[in-house]
Order: sequence, then structure tokens, then C-alpha cells
Amino acid sequence: MVLKTLSRSVREYKLPSILTPIFMTGEVLLECLIPLVIARLINAANGNTLTPVLKSGIILIVMAACSLVFGTLSGRFAARASTGFAKNLRHDLFYKVQSFSFGNIDRFSSSGLVTRLTTDVTNVQNAYMMIIRMAVRFPLMLITALIMSFNVSPKMACIFLGIIPVLGVCMALLIWKAYPMFDSVFKQYDKLNDSVQENIKGMRVVKTYVREDFERKKFENSAEDIRRNFVRPEKLLALSNPLMWFCIFAVIILISVFGAILTVNTFGGVSPETGELLWGELSTGDISSLFIYSAQILSSMMMLAMVLVMIIMATASAKRISEVLNEKSDIVSPENACREVENGDVDFCGVSFKYSRDAEAEVLSGIELHIKSGETVGILGGTGSGKTSLVQMIPRLYDACEGCVRVGGKDVREYELDSLRNSVAMVLQKNLLFSGSIEENLLWGDANATREEVQHAARLACADEFVSSFPGGYDTHIEQGGTNVSGGQKQRLTIARALLKKPKILILDDSTSAVDTRTDALIRKAFREEIPGTTKIIIAQRTASVMDADRIVVLDNGRISGMGTHEELLKSNDIYREVYESQNKAGGDEDAA
Amino acid sequence: MRRNEKIKNPAEKGVLGRVVKYLFSHYKGRLTVVLICILFSAAANVSASIFLQRVVDTCITPALTNGLDSVWKTLIKTVAIMGGVFGLAIIAVFVHSRLMAIVAHDFLKQIRVDMFNKMQSLPIKYFDTHTHGDIMSTYTNDVDALMQLAAQCVPQMFSSSVMLLTFFCVMLSYSVWLTLVVVVFSTLMVLATKFVGGRSAKNFVRQQRAIAKTEGFIEEMMNGQKVIKVFCHEEAAERDFDKINGELFDCADKANGFANILMPILGNIGNLMFVIVAFAGVAMKIAGVPNVYCFGTNVLSAGIIMSFITMSRSFSNNVGQMAQMVNSVVLARAGASRVFALLDEKSETDDGYVTLVYAKEDENGNLIESDTRTGRWAWRHPHSADGTVTYAEVKGDILLDDVDFAYEPDKPVLKGVSVFAKPGQRVAFVGSTGAGKTTITNLINRFYDIADGKIRYDGININKIKKDDLRRSLGMVLQDTNLFTGTVRENIRYGRLDATDEEVEAAARLAGAHDFIMRLPEGYNTMLIADGANFSQGQRQLLSIARAAVANTPVMIMDEATSSIDTRTEAIVQAGCDRLMQGRTVFIIAHRLSTVRAADVIMVLEHGKIIERGNHEQLIAQKGKYYQLYTGAFELD
Repeated sequence: MVLKTLSRSVREYKLPSILTPIFMTGEVLLECLIPLVIARLINAANGNTLTPVLKSGIILIVMAACSLVFGTLSGRFAARASTGFAKNLRHDLFYKVQSFSFGNIDRFSSSGLVTRLTTDVTNVQNAYMMIIRMAVRFPLMLITALIMSFNVSPKMACIFLGIIPVLGVCMALLIWKAYPMFDSVFKQYDKLNDSVQENIKGMRVVKTYVREDFERKKFENSAEDIRRNFVRPEKLLALSNPLMWFCIFAVIILISVFGAILTVNTFGGVSPETGELLWGELSTGDISSLFIYSAQILSSMMMLAMVLVMIIMATASAKRISEVLNEKSDIVSPENACREVENGDVDFCGVSFKYSRDAEAEVLSGIELHIKSGETVGILGGTGSGKTSLVQMIPRLYDACEGCVRVGGKDVREYELDSLRNSVAMVLQKNLLFSGSIEENLLWGDANATREEVQHAARLACADEFVSSFPGGYDTHIEQGGTNVSGGQKQRLTIARALLKKPKILILDDSTSAVDTRTDALIRKAFREEIPGTTKIIIAQRTASVMDADRIVVLDNGRISGMGTHEELLKSNDIYREVYESQNKAGGDEDAA
Repeated sequence: MRRNEKIKNPAEKGVLGRVVKYLFSHYKGRLTVVLICILFSAAANVSASIFLQRVVDTCITPALTNGLDSVWKTLIKTVAIMGGVFGLAIIAVFVHSRLMAIVAHDFLKQIRVDMFNKMQSLPIKYFDTHTHGDIMSTYTNDVDALMQLAAQCVPQMFSSSVMLLTFFCVMLSYSVWLTLVVVVFSTLMVLATKFVGGRSAKNFVRQQRAIAKTEGFIEEMMNGQKVIKVFCHEEAAERDFDKINGELFDCADKANGFANILMPILGNIGNLMFVIVAFAGVAMKIAGVPNVYCFGTNVLSAGIIMSFITMSRSFSNNVGQMAQMVNSVVLARAGASRVFALLDEKSETDDGYVTLVYAKEDENGNLIESDTRTGRWAWRHPHSADGTVTYAEVKGDILLDDVDFAYEPDKPVLKGVSVFAKPGQRVAFVGSTGAGKTTITNLINRFYDIADGKIRYDGININKIKKDDLRRSLGMVLQDTNLFTGTVRENIRYGRLDATDEEVEAAARLAGAHDFIMRLPEGYNTMLIADGANFSQGQRQLLSIARAAVANTPVMIMDEATSSIDTRTEAIVQAGCDRLMQGRTVFIIAHRLSTVRAADVIMVLEHGKIIERGNHEQLIAQKGKYYQLYTGAFELD
């Protein structure tokens, strides 16, 4: 399942992915044949003529040349295949995330998505390279070397057959014991890094309360914990070294003793005609090639074990990636979708909503609300009363669980998503600007807007004045996250960005909280005068921001507790009156924060 | 290429030496054992090749003519000796692998602790001028690089060089001429490494940069994903991503490509070498050229040529390993040097000698030092001139006199600022972003030191007060709440570690946090994770107020939060703040006019200068900037 999902991202790198193991096979075969030729070379060196040396020498050089070509090609293709695969994975993940609904994004969280696109992809890339190169190379090498040694001498090769299971079982035991320990220590390690991060961020608090030594002791304890837990599996794995050496030395001694006996016992004497030595089942050259095979066999077993561990470690990453790739977007455009939003009417008909199907409590229940095109509606309510959830259903960022939401007289689920969202501009509560110039940020609203249009939108949002006061004007660079403008400025820029869309419906989700009251009023005045046809829905904490709306909706616990004008609500709605009075008790002035 | 790097970052040059020095200064005994064991196992490895030659020359060859029985004794003797050597070698390998694993992890811990200790001693300036991501990656990626250098590169390079040297000597003892051939080919291998490996390393460095760029982009986009949706900006984001992703692919492809082809190239140079060695050996044997070896001359035997070929193979393998190791050293060096750069940062200096002590009155009404907490504090002021010690009660009287300050030279942030705060007074700072409000608070607790002027605390120049004691006497409630992983109780107790559970709860009550804490499923034992992400903004603020309350300091610095929380929670937070401010000297960076109005003195800042000062009524009457702010013509920020 996971493999199938991931393999879809190989695409144009299928050819190098296939060529790599093929060339690798060639390289490995040659590498195993080369000792054979070296043995002939050595045997030839025993004689007294140059010709056999020359002959084997040339063969060896040709083989080395081929091995070089194969090795280079397989290395080159492996790099191309694995980095290309990683590129495609990142591409697919990124595109997939772009198709996600708010609900999908909530499920994975932004930081979870970042990890998948970075660390996890890198892990999979490395594992992929391992698989097409090393997972081919080492088993092949093991088998070929074994076959070759059988070819040299079946009797001697039995020594390998004896030693391979010993090494194999011991390695498997070591890994099986050590791996779970590593797994738990990695989690601890993440925690340690989290606490470092906490300290870096909170250094002012640490220094204020003079807690440097306290933090130091805490850190030292966790670092010591990690050391203790890390060193245990490492000690286990450190056993693999002496184990390997034990096997090599055992093989060397066994080959030497039995090889000597076999060579001597089957020796055929010196040829009377040519003076050549007539070897029997084994020659001295064969013994040296057996040595080389033994090194190849044992080291490929070791490497194979390491490759396996790496691949096992990457499976967790692969799983996390395929989760994202297999996720279906909750909200997609329907077939034969409507592409035109007629007007700014918004209707909520018996709408209920909760964020996940399993959640017990409904965030909104039984909402009946009908807004006419061009109307200005304020929405007020405490934290968790469902204000944001309500408006997010208008551009179909979430779908209602019960009832339906209509825009321009049609169910939002009938529209093509882009058309719907282009007619509904929403300024989110968590207002975000992106790194780039101010103008680039505003152009998000309309990529083809002229500088005049940009300035006009900025003027409506009362942003033109402060932007012009910057030395760089509209070309001023905004840092990532918009850290170099104040909260109020950021809010006004995000409003301007939304206005550039020339929407039929404009939604402000608590978007003027950091703007002073006078500017807030100016912005609302501009809305009234400049975009009278646009439906305006304004969520606010301050009653002042909604006082002059055509209608104010008071939400409480997911239900509409009252609706009407400011005056009506002051009389009829307790919640509204309480909020209004608490904000104005201090002498009739508004809080300006 | 390597030369270029050296010019770019001179710090990287000495890194390897420094790692070795660090290792030896901490683990002298164990490392010596490790090195001896490596030395021994390398020698055993080399002797394996000699062993083969001995078996062939002293056992097999004579046995071919004289029969096996004639050599039995020699064979058994040779095998027994080798068995002994191998046995010892296995023990040596066991000892050094195990010791090295222990040393490596101890080193890793030690380095981390050193880094963390260092970091805690660094001035705030360091954290303001380095991005958190950069500091963080020193702890993760760079420590990993250093670890690789210390635990793998250094011992492997040692073992490889020992083997190389031994093989070289043994080869010389066999045949000088053939050794020359090997030397020529080894040089070729080194050159190939320099060429191919250099290109690979260069691209790996490029790849590192491309990864950072890609990650930055991904992070920004993922965090802004909802904005992207709302603006239907998906396609534009995809286009930008494809470009960056393509760049990353380009360098990753090259870097890995060059790295992958290095081994086949080196291996086959090795194969070529065998042919030449064999050819030269046999030619010499046939031609009867006397073989020169380091102890004299002899005739080349088959056994010598054979062992020599095996040995040259091991030699070339080691050259290959060394070559790759050099490459990883180049790569790891950059990371490791950043670790050392952090360790070399200058710690915050402190020349203060006035300390904060518990105080009580003796029978005569004089202030004296107390061993236990009394609720009163005094400044203990030793006078070096006459050796006397005087005590002054901590009251919270703070005076800034004509203070100038700049974060960067030539860019003054504060100019001639004077502020007087009498004990118990509330001083509010208002003004726009960048006017210098936060800067003033940074100076009082000496996060930064003033350029000119004086700051006095109860009449004592704050430069004379030990920084820790100065800060202990100042509480702080910041906009960023910065809570720590741990329980609610632990987080409140952060303000004063010896506070009892009752005192913690009293502080929570004062802050107005007690009610919501009691409603949590586990009350005061509820865990906070990831900077309190499982708590609402308002709750986090209440906890940070409680934390300051338990510290119970005579002076408090507050930076009011601007983020909007709902009216009811805000009223609770406000009430908590008010109770916390009772009876203390308070500096407050105000965002709410209600807070400003309640202040005893209001300082209006603009461009680093105090342009208006007075209480609310006086300033309103002035009809100046404050009046404009108050009537809503400007933002308070």
C-alpha cells in the first residue's frame, strides 16, 4: 500500500531507477570475476614466461575498464533516480497539500506537513538510493562470491556455508535487540531539542527569573539520560565489529589449513614438457582468491544488515508521506459546477457544524440567518461561540454537517471552488503576510492589478498613508511572517489585500482589533461609501466596530442568541448589553488596543 | 576548491585539531587504550597477509615436493601463532569498539551540556541577533556533524593511517620496486579523490543551502496555507515551489552523483595497479633483476609477488577509505566549526558586587542580613575603600538619568531619556512601534548596557549590582508568555523555586488563574506542552502573571499583550494585572488606554525621546501627542 503510493512518484526517473541495478549487477559480477583473473595472474606469475601474465593482465584491464564504466553509470543513475524521486515526492506532496481543505490541514497540522516535506522526504530519498544500489549490490555480491568460491573449490566453499549462518544469526540478534532501544531514545532526543528550543525562545524569562543554573541542571539531567539510553544499544552494536573480525580470522585460518592440505594432496607435479605446475583441486592462486571472496562475502553481509536497518528506519517516514498522498480532500469542486456567483446574498438554512465527525459537541447548531446583498452584518460573541466557524462556511472552507449554506441563491456545494472563493474575500483572524514586497503581498488579491488599483485598495483600508511614509513605499520588503510591520499595519494590509479581489462578499474575522478606533471607523466608512454593493460581514470583539452595522448577530455557544440593530440589542439582549457596558464603563471610552 | 573554503571560513581550518584536543583532554586514558587497540588490530590485519605468504612459502611449496608430512609441524606452528594473534586482535577490536561507543556518547553529552551552559551565559543580544532556527540547528545538525567527526572520522583516520603505514613498511620489506608502482597509483587515487570528491563536496555545500531555502519556503507556505486557500493562490505557490524544488534537485543530483562515482574510480585504479604490479613482478623475476628490499637484495619468489598483490589490494582499499574520509571531514568541518563558534561566544560579563539579601531589623531598628526569607530585602553593599559593608533596603526607587542607547553604533534608539519612578509608582510608556518603549525595559534589567547616562536603583548605580541579583529584584510579564514544558504548578513555581504549594496557589489566586486551573482535569498537575499550546492565549497570560506574582518582586516590568482575547477573559487578565501591580514600582508598556489612565506617570515616546510626560489629566490638558492618541487619532502599539 505504502509502496504503491510512493512508487507513483517515480515517473520520469523510472529509467535510471531500472538502469541503476542493471549496471550495478554488471559491476558486481565483474568485481567477483576480477579475483578469478587475479588468481590466474598470480599463477602465471609463478611461471617463467611473460605471455600468460600479459594475457591475464589485458583481460583484467579490460574488465577493470568495464567495471569502471558500469560503476560510474550506476552511481550516476542512482543519484539521478533518487534525487529525482525525492523531487517528485516533494512536488506531489506540495501539490496535494494545495488541494487540501481546511479540515485536511487541521488534521495534519502545518508543522506536521513541514516535517513530511523535508525530513521524511530526505529519509526516503536515502533509503531509495540504498535500495536501488546497495540492496542490489550486497545480496548479489554475496551470491556471486559464493558461486565463484564453489567454482574454485566446492569443498573449500563449505567453510563459507558454515560461517554465514553464524554471522547472519548474530547480526540479526544484535539488530533485533538494539533497534527498539534506538527507537525510544530518538523520541527522547526530540524532547531534548524541544526543551532547547523552549529555552532559546524564552531566554528573557530565564534571565529575568535568574533560572540559568536551574535550566542547566535540568538540561544536564536529560542529556545524561539520553547518553545512558543511547550507549546501551551502541554497546550492543559495537559487538558487531569483533564478531566480523572473528569470522574473517576464522575463515582465514580454516582456508589456510584445509587449503594447504587440499592443494598438496591433489598436486599433480610439474609438467615435464612445459615446466608448468600441474595443480589439482586447488592452487596457491586459488587460495588467495578464496581470501578475497571471504572478505567480499562477510563484508557484504555486514553491509546488508546496515542497509536493512536504514530501510527499516525509513519506513516510518514513508508511511507518514503516503498518509498525506492518500488523503482525499474533503472539499472538491463538483462536476458541471457553476462558475458565476450572481450576487452577494448569503443564507444559512438550519446549519449545524462540528469539526470532526466523532466530536460530540456541535460548534454551531440550527443556524438560520439570511443576509441580503450589500448588507453590513456584525457578528459578536465570546471565545468559542462559533463566530469564525460560521463565516468559514461561506467560501466553503468547511462544509456544514447539517442544513445548507447558500451564496447568491445557490448552495455553495454547487459552485466551482475557485469561482466561489474569488467572489468571497475573507480576512482571516491569523492575518499573515508573506516574505516579499508590500505590493507583491497585495497582488495576491488580484495578480493583474495596476499600481493605481493597489493604491486605491490600500487607501480604502487606510494603509496608503503609512505605506507611503516608508522609504521604500510599496516596494518595502516584508519579512517572513510580517514581523517588520506593527500589528495594526499588518491588519490594514491584509484588508487591502482582500479588497483587491473586488469581492461580492467581504468577511473580516476580527481584523481590526489592533487598529485604533478612529482608523477602524474610517475603514468602515470607506466600505459604506466605496463598496456599497458588497455584502460585508464583520466579526469583532469591540461593540464599536459593529455598532453602525445594519444588523448585529450575537452568538453564544453555537446558537444565535440575538439579532438586530445596536439599539434593539441593547434593550433585548443581555450578552450584548454586558459586553457593551464592560467596554464602556471606564468613562465611555473605548479600549484602543 | 578546498583552498577557497579555507579563505571563506578560517575557523574551519583548526576544527579537526580542536576536536582531537578536546577528546584527549577529556578521555586521555580511555583514548590511549583505544589507540593501542587500534594499533594492535591494524597490525594483526597486516599480519594476516604475511601469514598467507608464510603458509605458501614455508608449507605448501615445500610440501609439493616433499609431501605433507614434512611440513605438518611448521603448518601447525604457523596456524597456532596466527590463532593467538587473531584472538588477541578480536579482543582488541572488542575493547576499542566498545570504549569508542562509550567515549563518543559521553563526548556528545559533554558537548551538548557545554553548549547549553554557554548559551545560558550569553547576553540577550546574542538571541536578538541570531535567528532561533540557526541556534537550534547548531544543536541538531551541527552537533551531528561534530559527532561524526569525533566518533567516526578521527578513529577511522587513525586506524587507516596506521594500516597504511604498516602496509607500506611491509611492502618495502618485500620489494622496493613494486612499492614504487603502488606509490604512483596511490598518488593517482589521491588526485582522483581531489577532483571528483572536491566537486561532490562543493555541491553538497550548495545542496545544504538549497535545502535551507526549500525548507524556509515550505515552512512559510504551510503556515500560510489557509491564506493561500482563501485567495486561490494555489497555482502561484505551486509555480514558485517547482522552481525552488528544481534548484534543489540540481545540486542534490550533482552532489550524490560525484559521491557515487568516487568508489568505482578508486577501485578500478586499484585493479589497474594489480596488473601492473603482477606484470612488473613477473618481468623482474624472468629477467632476473635482483629484488631490492629494505634489508638488502634477494630473488623475487612467487610467494612474494602473491603476498604483495594481496597487500597492495589492502593498501589501495585503505587509500580509498582515507580519501572518502577526507571528504566527509570537509563536509563535517563546517558544522563542527559552528559548534565551536557557539562555545567561543563571549559570555555576559558581570562586574557587579552589590548583592540582594534577605533583611530584618535588629533590636536597635538597624537593617541586618537574615538567613531566612523575611519578605524584606536589602542591598548588601561592600565598600572596598574601607572594607565596611552597608545595607540599604530594597524599595523600588528607580532613576534613569539622561540615558543614551544604541543597538548598533550610529543608530541611536534612545536619546537623553530621563525617568524617575518612586517606590509604588506606576510608570506607563506609550508611543508607536520603534519609539523605544521595550528598549527602556531592556536597560533596567541590563539585558543591554547603556551607552551614556546613569540608571540608579535605590540610589545605587545598577552597574554595581550583580546582574543576577538585579534581575531577581525585577519581575517581568511579557507579551510572549514563554511557558515551559511541565505542569502548571512547575510553571508558576518558576518564579520562585522554593515556593510552597500554598504559595503557588495563592499566587494563582492573585492572578485570577486559580479558577480555570481548578477546572482542568488534573488541576495544578496538568501538563503544558509546546509553550502551552494546549492552553488559550488568555490562560497563558494568567499563568505568566501568576509566575510573576510568586516571585513577589518590588519592581515589575510589564508588556501588555496586544492580541485580542474575548472581553470576559480580558477583564480577568486585567484584574489579575491590577492586583499584581499593587504596592510595587511598575514599568508598563501600555496598549490599553484604561491602563494608561490608571498610571501615575505617563511617558510619551517618539523616535527615542520622551516628548511628553505627566499624568492623564495634565497630558490631556496639554493637547499634544497624548491627546491625539487618546482621542483615537493614532494607534497605540
